[in-house]
This record gives sequence, structure tokens and C-alpha cells, in this order.
Amino acid sequence: MTSDEHKEGIRGMANPSRYGIERVAYLLMRLSGLGLLAYFVAHIYETSNILRGQVGWDEFLELTQTTEGHIFLTVVIGMCVFHTVNGVRVMLGHGGVGVGKPTRPDYPYDPASQNYRHKIGIYSAIVLAAAAMMYGLAVMFGE
Amino acid sequence: MAQVSSIADEQTSTPVSSSKSITLRISRYNPKHDESSQFMEFSVPYEKWTTVLEAILEVKKHFDHSVAVRYSCRQATCGSCGMMINGKPRLACFTKISELNSNVITVEPMNNFPIIRDLAVKFERLFDSHHKIKPYLIRDDSELESDEREFLQSPKEVEQYIQFANCIKCGLCNSACPTMATDSSFVGPQALAQAYRYVADSRDKGKDTRLKIIDESHGIWRCHFAGSCSQVCPKGVDPAMGIQLLRGYLLGFRS
Repeated sequence: MTSDEHKEGIRGMANPSRYGIERVAYLLMRLSGLGLLAYFVAHIYETSNILRGQVGWDEFLELTQTTEGHIFLTVVIGMCVFHTVNGVRVMLGHGGVGVGKPTRPDYPYDPASQNYRHKIGIYSAIVLAAAAMMYGLAVMFGE
Repeated sequence: MAQVSSIADEQTSTPVSSSKSITLRISRYNPKHDESSQFMEFSVPYEKWTTVLEAILEVKKHFDHSVAVRYSCRQATCGSCGMMINGKPRLACFTKISELNSNVITVEPMNNFPIIRDLAVKFERLFDSHHKIKPYLIRDDSELESDEREFLQSPKEVEQYIQFANCIKCGLCNSACPTMATDSSFVGPQALAQAYRYVADSRDKGKDTRLKIIDESHGIWRCHFAGSCSQVCPKGVDPAMGIQLLRGYLLGFRS
């Protein structure tokens, strides 16, 4: 017991196994957000190489023309698509759209906010991200 | 500290008729002198209808009366016996052993609550957050005069908030919340759902006051709609819905 507060901490927050697909989406949203932030920083560094002129720019760009570079960009595509599609779902939910209407609950109390619309949104985000990644792989490795 | 005890080996005045038994693992921890929690194991007989709370009380009765557990009504009304049961926050009195489909039941204190001892946790923060959002009707004429009657509402108006009035303050939602897992200052799904309960009440006039209270850095914006709170609520309150509807007021989607 490390803390008086007995908080679950990041390990508990990042555990997707107990609360269904919504918690998986929550974790993927965090991971893809952090990944895109890291990519954004790297992208600024990458494009700043233009200051080294045409040769410097071409040299740095060659890094992405390797197998590892292609896989990295594929992961970025997946993160970008998932974060966008799931982000739209979450933003709509945050505005109260598609979360159901208050009513007298009946046992076994299935929560209306965890309804099929949001589940479809989550699965759509995952499927679209996977499809975009496959397309990206086909373009980058299909040369 | 781990040990396995069996009721069948004990001298007991209680007749034990069941042939089925489970291993009950109880987390033991006293913050005053223990450095970490440890599990004690007990073999407890059960029937189809036996609840986890009843199994814990069997352990207290026959093996170790020092196991600390808070309970009262035994019918999911008082909200006292929330704990982690096989990794998920549940009410011990509302969880039957047979529905867990496991021969080993592990009970631990609820996450995100300071531990008093063993399975009993402190509720001060939950009640403070609940109190903070002013959980009562706010209006100028709240005191009735002798010739006045109660505030009338249509069934439709009642439906707007009655679901959220079912909250028993058990704290399971706060225990499941991923934001509560890392942010001690977050007001939590319980209090936010109750804020919605009063904002949506047609008799209440304190909407602006409450929205101002929750519109802060550790307030409603820390909810990321993971929905775990709603999945563990034993009364069907659906705090995630209440929070999103409440946020709709702040974002201008609702008035």
C-alpha cells in the first residue's frame, strides 16, 4: 500500500480488461493522442530540416523510406483515423447526443449511455483505422 | 499471512448443509501497522442464493471476527458494503457467489478510497464532493406557508431526474472511474450525477450555481466518457449519462 488514498493509479486507469469496449476505446484514445502528440513534435523537427537545404531535406526524408519508417507511418495513420472517428463519437456524447434519455431504470439496469450507437461508433473507429492502415501499407510497400 | 481454513474443520453451532464451497480470499490491511495488504484464504460453503457479504460474515462468525467490513441493510439500499469483488467494484450484499462463476472469490477494499482497515474505506471525500454540489432544492420560496401546497410536477418532469435520485452513495462509480484513479481532486461521477439530478429537477432554481461549481479544472471537464461508472452502478443510475447531459448545459446544447 503505497498511498493513503489507495488510488488505482495509471495502471488501473490503463487496464482495459474489466469494463467492456468503452474502456478499451478510452485507453486507445489516450494512447493514440499521446502518439499523435509525439508525431507532431517529430514532424516539426522533420520539416525544420528544410532549413538545411535540399540535400538535408532529402537525407532526412530517406529515413521514412525504410521498412521501419513505413511501419511507423502506418501506425501514425491508424492512430490518426481512430482518434478522429472516436473523437467525433466522444464529442457528440459530451454534448449529450446519443447517450439516451433519463427514465425509470428496470433491473438488470443496462446503462442507456453505453448503447449500441456508441458501440457501433467504437467498432467503426477500430475498423476504419485498420482499413486505413492496410491501405497505407499497400501504398507504401506496393511500390 | 495467507491461510486456508474450512468451516467443516471447525467446531460450530451452525449446521452447514451445502456440499459446494468456494475459496474466499480477503484482503487484510491495517494502515496503522501494516506496510502492505495481504490475503487470507477461507473455504466457505455456499448455496445458490448465498451472497458475498454472507460469505464474509460466515468468516467473521467462524474463523476471524477481526475482519473489518462495513454493512447494514443487506438489500442494496444503504450503499455500505461496496468492495472490489474479483477485480470489479460491486455491492457484497447484491452479488451472489453463484453468479461470479468462479471457485475463488477475491474481495478487496474499493479503489480510490482511503482504507480504514481491511474492506472498510473512508467515505469523507465522496460525501464532501456530494455536499459541494448542493444536493438539495434551491429556490427562494422553499419554505411553505400554511396555505400553500407541495410543488407539483408532471410525470414527464419527474422522469427527467428520478433515475438519478436512486443513488445510494455506495461509491462504486468513483471506484471504477479512470479519472478518479489518478486525480485526487476530481469531483467524481457520483457528485456530478447528483448535480444533474438537481439541475434537471423542474422545482430547482439553482442550475447556474451548480454549473459554476462543476465548471472548474477538476470538475466536469475531467470526465472522458469511459462509462465505467455506469457499468458498475447497482441501482441503474447511469452517471455517465447524467454527466454528459449536464455537460450539454455548459456547452449550450441544453437549456
